[in-house]
Amino acid sequence: MSRTFLGMPPFPEAAAVSTQNAQLRANLTHATHTIRDKRARAVTELDDWAQLRQAGQEIKDHTLRHLDHYLLQAEKAVTAAGGTVHWAADAAEANRIVADLVRATGESEVVKVKSMATQEIGLNEALAAEGITAYETDLAELIVQLGDDLPSHILVPAIHRNRSEIRDIFRDAMGRWGRPAPDGLTDSPAELAEAARLHLREKFLRAKVAVSGANFIVAETGTLVVLESEGNGRMCLTLPETLISVVGIEKLVPSWRDLEVFLQLLPRSSTAERMNPYTTLWTGTTAGDGPSNFHLVLLDNGRTDTLADEVGRQALRCIRCSACLNVCPVYERAGGHAYGSPYPGPIGAILTPQLRGLQSEVDASLPYASSLCGACYEVCPVAIDIPEVLVQLRERVADQAPGHRLERAAMKSAGWLLDHPAAYSAALRTASRARGLLPRRLPLPGPAKAWSDSRDLPTLPEHPFRDWWNSRPNGEDGPKHDDGKTGKDSAAR
Amino acid sequence: MTTSRDRVLAKVRAALADVPPGAPDADPPVTRAYRTAHTEATGPALLALLAENLADYRAMVHRTTEDQLPSLLAEILRTHGSRTLAVPTDLPSKWLAAAHEVTRLPDSPTVTADQLNGVDSTLTGCALAIAETGTIVLDAGPAQGRRLLTLVPDHHICVIRADQVVASLPQALPRLDPTRPQTWISGPSATSDIELERVEGVHGPRCLEVVVVSG
Repeated sequence: MSRTFLGMPPFPEAAAVSTQNAQLRANLTHATHTIRDKRARAVTELDDWAQLRQAGQEIKDHTLRHLDHYLLQAEKAVTAAGGTVHWAADAAEANRIVADLVRATGESEVVKVKSMATQEIGLNEALAAEGITAYETDLAELIVQLGDDLPSHILVPAIHRNRSEIRDIFRDAMGRWGRPAPDGLTDSPAELAEAARLHLREKFLRAKVAVSGANFIVAETGTLVVLESEGNGRMCLTLPETLISVVGIEKLVPSWRDLEVFLQLLPRSSTAERMNPYTTLWTGTTAGDGPSNFHLVLLDNGRTDTLADEVGRQALRCIRCSACLNVCPVYERAGGHAYGSPYPGPIGAILTPQLRGLQSEVDASLPYASSLCGACYEVCPVAIDIPEVLVQLRERVADQAPGHRLERAAMKSAGWLLDHPAAYSAALRTASRARGLLPRRLPLPGPAKAWSDSRDLPTLPEHPFRDWWNSRPNGEDGPKHDDGKTGKDSAAR
Repeated sequence: MTTSRDRVLAKVRAALADVPPGAPDADPPVTRAYRTAHTEATGPALLALLAENLADYRAMVHRTTEDQLPSLLAEILRTHGSRTLAVPTDLPSKWLAAAHEVTRLPDSPTVTADQLNGVDSTLTGCALAIAETGTIVLDAGPAQGRRLLTLVPDHHICVIRADQVVASLPQALPRLDPTRPQTWISGPSATSDIELERVEGVHGPRCLEVVVVSG
C-alpha cells in the first residue's frame, strides 16, 4: 500500500537529504531540462501565447469571483444530464462519500485515473482501510504504487526513478497486485510499458467501478474533461459501470467556449505537445455508452480558505500543468518528495500551505522553498504570480513564529560592525585566522536553528581582501582603470 | 440540518466579501484577443497540414479519393494482417466493399470489452478533425459507434472526409455538441513516464491509421 505524505519532515531537512542523492539529481536534471526545452518550443509555435495566457487568467479569476454561481450552475447541469452531485467539505468527508459509493456497488476494487485531488485527500489509503483496493492505472502512478513510494512530480510522478529501478519494482511487486511481470523483463521502456499493459488490461476488463479527477468542469453544460496520453484514462472513464469523479471546486470554467483557451494552454505547458493523445469529455451519462452511474464529488478541503485571501486566491487558477516545477532551480535540486505534499515545486510551495494552513513545521517551511527568481511566474500559463504569494506567506509565517526577531537582531549587530571600520577589519582578520575552526554551518540555538540549519557558511579566505589589497606591490594585478587604453572599444562590446 | 453543500457555499460567499454583489455578467468580459486559428490554409493546404501534424504524432496517414477508399481500406487491413474488424452498425457499406477476407463484428450494446479485446482492428469515421493540432474528434455520432470501439482493439483506422477538417480548436468547439460523449485523439496511445522516452501504445490502440478522403 502506498505511503502518504503525512509525517514528512519540513522542507529544509528533507531537501538536505535529497540534494545529497546524486542519482536523484541526475534523473531530475535530465527530466526537467528536457521538458522545459520542449515546452519552450511548443509555446513559440503560437504567436498569440500572451493573449491566450491573459484570457486563461481572466476566465479563471472571473470564475473564482463568482464561484458560488458557477458551482450551482454546474450542479444543475450535471444532475440534469443524469449524474449525481455530492459536496465534500474536507478530505475525510470526500473519502467517506467515495467509500460509501463503492460499497453500494458491492465491489471491493476500483481502477483509478491519475488525479491530484485524490492524492491530496489520501483516498487510496482511506479506501484500503475500508477493505477496498484502488489500482492506479497511469504508468507512473503504477510505478509509485508498486514501489510503495510517493509521487514526486505533478505530471510525471515517477520522475525520480530510472529504468532499472522500474524494472526491479515491476519484477518484485507486480505479482502481489495481479498479473506478474513477464520472465526475463529487461529495462527497455517499451518492454516495461508492455508489462504494464498486460498487468492492467486484466483490471480494466474486470473493473466495475472507476475513480477519477477532472482537469475541467464546464459549468454551463456540466461537462467534465480529462486529458491524458496513455489511454488508461479512457479505459477507466468508459468501461466501468460506475464512475466517481472527485474534483476540486476551483476546476470550473464557465462556458463550453472557454475550453478553446485551456485546451491550448494546458497540453503545451504540460507535456509540450500541440495536443495530448487523448482527451475525454463527458456530460452526465449516455444510455448504452460508458458508465451508467456517474457521481461527481465537489471538494473544498481548504480551497475556500485559499479563496478568502485576495493575494493567495490566484493559486486556485492553477491548471496543474507542472511547467513551474520544470524551471525551478530549487525543485530541480531538492526533488518533489522534499515538499511533503502531492503538490511539489513552486505551485506546491504556495498551494499546500494555503490548503492545509501554516500551523505545521512542514507547511511553515514551504514558503521559503524558493529562490524567488521568478521563472515560475514567467512560464505559468495562467500567470500566477507565485513569488508574490510566497512573499506574502513568508510574512504570515514570520508573524506567527519568533524566528524572524532573532534574524533582525543578527542584522542589527552586523550593521554596527559595518559602521565601525576598525572593528570590522579586526573581526575579518580574527575570522581568517580561525577559519580552520569554523563549522560548515552556524549552530544557532533555539528557533534561529531553522535559519542556520539550512544554510552552509561560506568558506573564509586565508587573508581578508583589505589586507591583500594593502599588501600587494604597486601596479601589480591592479585594475586598469582611468588609463583609457584597454584596447577595446566599449561600444563594440 | 446544515449540509456540506450549504457549508461550502456559505464559505465561498464569505470568502468573496471583496467582490461586489451582482450577476457574473456584471464583470467586464474576458479579453479574447487570441487568434481563432494559427493558419490561413484552406482546402488542400489544410488537409496537408492535418496530415503533417498527424504524422508528427506517429499516426500513419493515407490520402485517397472517395472512389479509391474501399480498395485502400482493404489494403490497410491486409497489410496489418487483420482477420477480424469491429465496426459501428452505421458504417457506410461501400467502405468495406473490397475487404472480403475480414470478419466483421458490428457494434451493439451486447458486444463486450472482452470480445473487442480479441478483435484485430476497428474502423470508424469521425465527427471532425483539427488540422493545427493533428486531432481527430469522435462523438459517438454517425459511423463512430460507442467509445470502447476505438479503445480496446490495438489497431484503429479512422476515415476523415475533407469537409470534416477545421483549422483550429476555436473553430472546432462550436461544431461539437457538449451533451455527446467525446474522445479527442492526437496520435496513438503513448507514454513518456520512463526517463521521458516516448513509447507508443500503453493502453489504447498502439497503431492509429488515418485515411483522409478528398475528391
